[in-house]
Amino acid sequence: MNIDSLVLLAIALPLMGAAFNGLVGLFAPGYRSNKTLIGTLGTLCVAIPFAIGVLLFIQFDHDAHITRAFTWMSAGDFTADFGYRVDQLSLLMMLIVTGVGALIHIYSIGYMRDDPGFWKFFAYLNLFIFAMLNLVLGDNLLVLFLGWEGVGLCSYLLIGFWFTDLKNSEAANKAFIVNRIGDFAFLLAMFILFKDLGSLDFDVILAGGASLAPATINWVVFLLFIGATGKSAQIPLFVWLPDAMAGPTPVSALIHAATMVTSGLYLLARMSSLVLLAPGVMTFIAIIGALTAIMAATIAITQNDIKRVLAYSTVSQLGFMFMAAGVGAFFVAIFHVMTHAFFKGCLFLGSGSVIHGMHEVEHQLEEEGHEVHLDPQDMRTMGGLRKYMPATSITYLISTLAIAGFPLMSGFFSKDEILFKAFEYGYSGNGYAWFVWVVGIITALLTAFYMMRSYVLTFRGKERWPNADRIHPHESPASMTGPLWALAVLAIVGGFLGLPGVIAHGDLNWIHHWLGAPYGGPVAEAVVAEHEASFIVVEWILLILGGVIALVGLGYAWRVYNRDGIEFDQKLAIDFRGLYTTWANKYYWDEGYDKAVVKPVLGLARRVMDPFDRYIVDGLVNGLGSMVRAFSSLFKYLQTGVVQNYAVAILFGVVLLLGLIIFG
Amino acid sequence: MPIGNIISVLIFLPLVGALITMLLRSESQIKWAALITTSVTFVLSLGLLWGFDPSLGTGTGPQMAEVYSSWFPDAFDIKYYVGVDGLNVLLILLTTLLGPILVLSSWTYIKKAPRGYYTLMLILQTGITGVFCSYDVFLFYIFFELTLIPMYFIIGIWGGEDRIYAAVKFVLYTLVGSLLMLVGILYLGNAAGDAVNGGVFTTDWYKIVQYNPDASTQTWLFFLFAFSFAIKVPLFPLHTWLPDAHVQAPSGGSVVLAGVLLKMGTYGLVRFCLPFFPYASQKYAMLIAILAVIGVIYGALVSRVQPDAKKLVAYSSVSHLGFVVLGIFAFTTEAMQGAMIQMINHGISTGALFLILGMMYERRHTRMMDDFGGIAKSVPILTFFMVFSVLASAGLPGLNGFVGEFLILVGSFKSDVIGNPFLIAAATTGVILAAVYLLWMLHKTFFGPITNEANRTMVDLNWREIGLLAPLAVLMLVLGLAPSKFLQMSEASTESIIQIVDSKISAMTEFESGEPVAVGALSIDSDQQ
Repeated sequence: MNIDSLVLLAIALPLMGAAFNGLVGLFAPGYRSNKTLIGTLGTLCVAIPFAIGVLLFIQFDHDAHITRAFTWMSAGDFTADFGYRVDQLSLLMMLIVTGVGALIHIYSIGYMRDDPGFWKFFAYLNLFIFAMLNLVLGDNLLVLFLGWEGVGLCSYLLIGFWFTDLKNSEAANKAFIVNRIGDFAFLLAMFILFKDLGSLDFDVILAGGASLAPATINWVVFLLFIGATGKSAQIPLFVWLPDAMAGPTPVSALIHAATMVTSGLYLLARMSSLVLLAPGVMTFIAIIGALTAIMAATIAITQNDIKRVLAYSTVSQLGFMFMAAGVGAFFVAIFHVMTHAFFKGCLFLGSGSVIHGMHEVEHQLEEEGHEVHLDPQDMRTMGGLRKYMPATSITYLISTLAIAGFPLMSGFFSKDEILFKAFEYGYSGNGYAWFVWVVGIITALLTAFYMMRSYVLTFRGKERWPNADRIHPHESPASMTGPLWALAVLAIVGGFLGLPGVIAHGDLNWIHHWLGAPYGGPVAEAVVAEHEASFIVVEWILLILGGVIALVGLGYAWRVYNRDGIEFDQKLAIDFRGLYTTWANKYYWDEGYDKAVVKPVLGLARRVMDPFDRYIVDGLVNGLGSMVRAFSSLFKYLQTGVVQNYAVAILFGVVLLLGLIIFG
Repeated sequence: MPIGNIISVLIFLPLVGALITMLLRSESQIKWAALITTSVTFVLSLGLLWGFDPSLGTGTGPQMAEVYSSWFPDAFDIKYYVGVDGLNVLLILLTTLLGPILVLSSWTYIKKAPRGYYTLMLILQTGITGVFCSYDVFLFYIFFELTLIPMYFIIGIWGGEDRIYAAVKFVLYTLVGSLLMLVGILYLGNAAGDAVNGGVFTTDWYKIVQYNPDASTQTWLFFLFAFSFAIKVPLFPLHTWLPDAHVQAPSGGSVVLAGVLLKMGTYGLVRFCLPFFPYASQKYAMLIAILAVIGVIYGALVSRVQPDAKKLVAYSSVSHLGFVVLGIFAFTTEAMQGAMIQMINHGISTGALFLILGMMYERRHTRMMDDFGGIAKSVPILTFFMVFSVLASAGLPGLNGFVGEFLILVGSFKSDVIGNPFLIAAATTGVILAAVYLLWMLHKTFFGPITNEANRTMVDLNWREIGLLAPLAVLMLVLGLAPSKFLQMSEASTESIIQIVDSKISAMTEFESGEPVAVGALSIDSDQQ
């Protein structure tokens, strides 16, 4: 098979899987109980594209390959094809999406086994992979946008998967609408690009970008970034992501941690040469990233729902990635996208395993006739789980160390590289990068702290659910722990794909060589000042500093939470008083939006526009109507010859007017 | 003429069917007669696809044209003149497609006086097809008015509680507009006759289009026509008949209203206002574009606060058709092509929404969203079609609504006439708002726990209902993923319209210095026959 048909097969398979499982499941309810078949089919439709990705990766010879399926739409000067681009960037993304995706499909076979919507779940997951592949492989902004909105749709469907709870449906709506606000900006960027360049193909945009007026470039990059803040959950549009945890946990792992939420970074990396032409917007991107990172990290400290800790952690880590993009180190952002997919995917699946276990505890309590309501996601009722769920515990710990930046783990290298790039960019005379660097260091410390807190509260100490002496959970089945181990291993070793510059002069930084424009890749990067020879000392210091920060954060949380358990949160609350309340209330973003946007707009519609429509616009018409009220009594007897009246009236009028005009 | 008098057959076959249904006694005979008539009409209309040459524009005359001039006294050049070109071919197909779907959707819905209902529906189809096929303005007007009468009775007899009010309002509104247009037609026929037809009153589209009235004449004629069409569309603030008509109309009436009847307005703007009065159209394009954008936002916001699902969808039409009008007055091929395809798209997706709401009404006898809630659990197949149609309507890429909206917006943005970035950005907020009100409807109606016991036992769709929704769903997907074949069908014709507009405007002397004057007859197309 040639490359074209391989690429198209990889994209079509998940769609076919979604259509088959979805439609057969919908119209033939008997099919729904074939869970092994459904799950295997769904997994294969992702695993085969992964295999194709590997094949393409092996064959790849440094030139982008473009596959054109057919024309999507064309009108006047506008044309957009279903064109797909295989290059270093899209291949890497494709491998992450289908690789992590396949693992999460396998995990879901176990996790969702007892759910009556099993068939639907796999249909949605496959549809998501299809949309995500369009997003990362599309050769023009419009196909990217198809994927962009498509993943948003799947996110909506999966957040609201358990739709009988109104809260889930609300969270789903919120996610879709907030994302649409970002998409609105994305659309405007496309309008500008088409107006000025006549095409949305990446080749045209990236080649013609330099010829655009600086103000135009600024607008385009700014609008694309606003689009990215929606999908990738940054200030001001991050508010949907924490609520999105209403979806089943594999969804949180796949969509809301590993893949979809990183698409904003992919977009910026894809547009990197254009972004670099808008230094003012880059400053903005870096600062938004930094503020989001530290804001979400402080919120994460105060959360008790294990998934919400991870959700805010994701927002925070995405902030790190935007910091990298904002200092022109796009390949580092993608590096962190990759390592984050491993460790955060593992953490979420781990939390899913924990929730699975706590559900078991809940069931046992119910069977014993206890009337306790146990929230299976609340860490305050967990504790000591490592005894019962050793595999989950170890993989969760590994990923915690990885995200915290424990030396030599994947997060250590990717996060250190971000901080180093910020430092280097500041050193090259870009003042804002210093700010980003400082915020990054503080956030890294907080990250280590809150992640270790979540580990200790969940897996160590005393069991805190009722009757823990008799009732306890069991480890999840192999279909769930298998993917955990696979991701944990990747979380350990993934960082070696991007070893820092101090080691072998950066020659071992594979990801830089693969993606970077200086080596013929598609991802451009900012130019930085030449280093003096002595700079290597600084590099070593920064690398060690990164490790020390992680160890301090991890060690402190380990000590205080092992010692005090959840009581330590009270101490924090007292010590930080006002701040802690602000954190625990998520800086009041939701309340603010509700007061500033939602309520006023709905009020306007309900109290002004609707009455205006009913009484003013319509009132005029009805006023006119009442003049003919007497006449309208005729109309009450609809079937008594009014046709003739009507026809006669028209005929009379026509004749009269004809006469007036022709003979008048 | 490759396939005989196919256009006339398409127009009048439903009328023949109406005569038959009128004579039949039993309900099932009537229904089957209506179904067969509309199905045969639809199958025949597919011949258009086979005989239609998309490379020909409008300037070279309609294809498969039929002309009978002996219809009217010789003192008037009023003809029976029908045909197809890129502007109407898809609208005709949409009309004939909706025919059998409407009959099937009314199968059990209409219990009262079925003979009258199906007869009127068939007459209505004749009127609508005639409107789209006419190349004589007077003939157009007759068909335009012909649609009014059956629709009036359909709302007034088979409608909801306030049906009389809604029906009268519908008629008065439309009648006011169309009478003004009649005045315009008569004046225009006379003036064009003097200018290009040797003094003989003419309503031939091809003759009138060669007549270029002076600026002030154009302006008031433009407003006479545009006013009438704007009511039909409906354009803000002339829209208030629509929610009432939609809410009160029986399900089939709403479908035909949203599906094709409203498109008579947007079609009229493209077919008549732009090429007849290009100067005035461009001069007042900004005004109309602003009203259109207000409609987009206003319709969406009012839609969001309706407790009645049918009213919600009705206001969504105000919002969606605002996009179409915007695209028409952008004077770029991209936007006008977007508008053409969006007319079809809106007909399909909003048609489907009304069909589904009708099915829900048939089961629960309510349109209020509060009476539902959580029904996704009891009626999964209905929910699937609803979610699918909602997504198409909300402009999800990959489904049909996106194609039209995107082309309209991208084409309007680059327009020299209305391409103000802030205006287009304001219109683009419609994309956000569409998600807001449509997802709200899903949320209120389909999701959450079942609170009303009657919803627990709601029956899911039967095969007849699935069968009539499935083709629409397939079309949403086909038009969403592979619209280029359909876009091609209208491209040459929309380009002709823009070309006519451009050449007529540039033919106006002293255009730069202010008041243009008419130049009389002009050749509109270099390759005109």
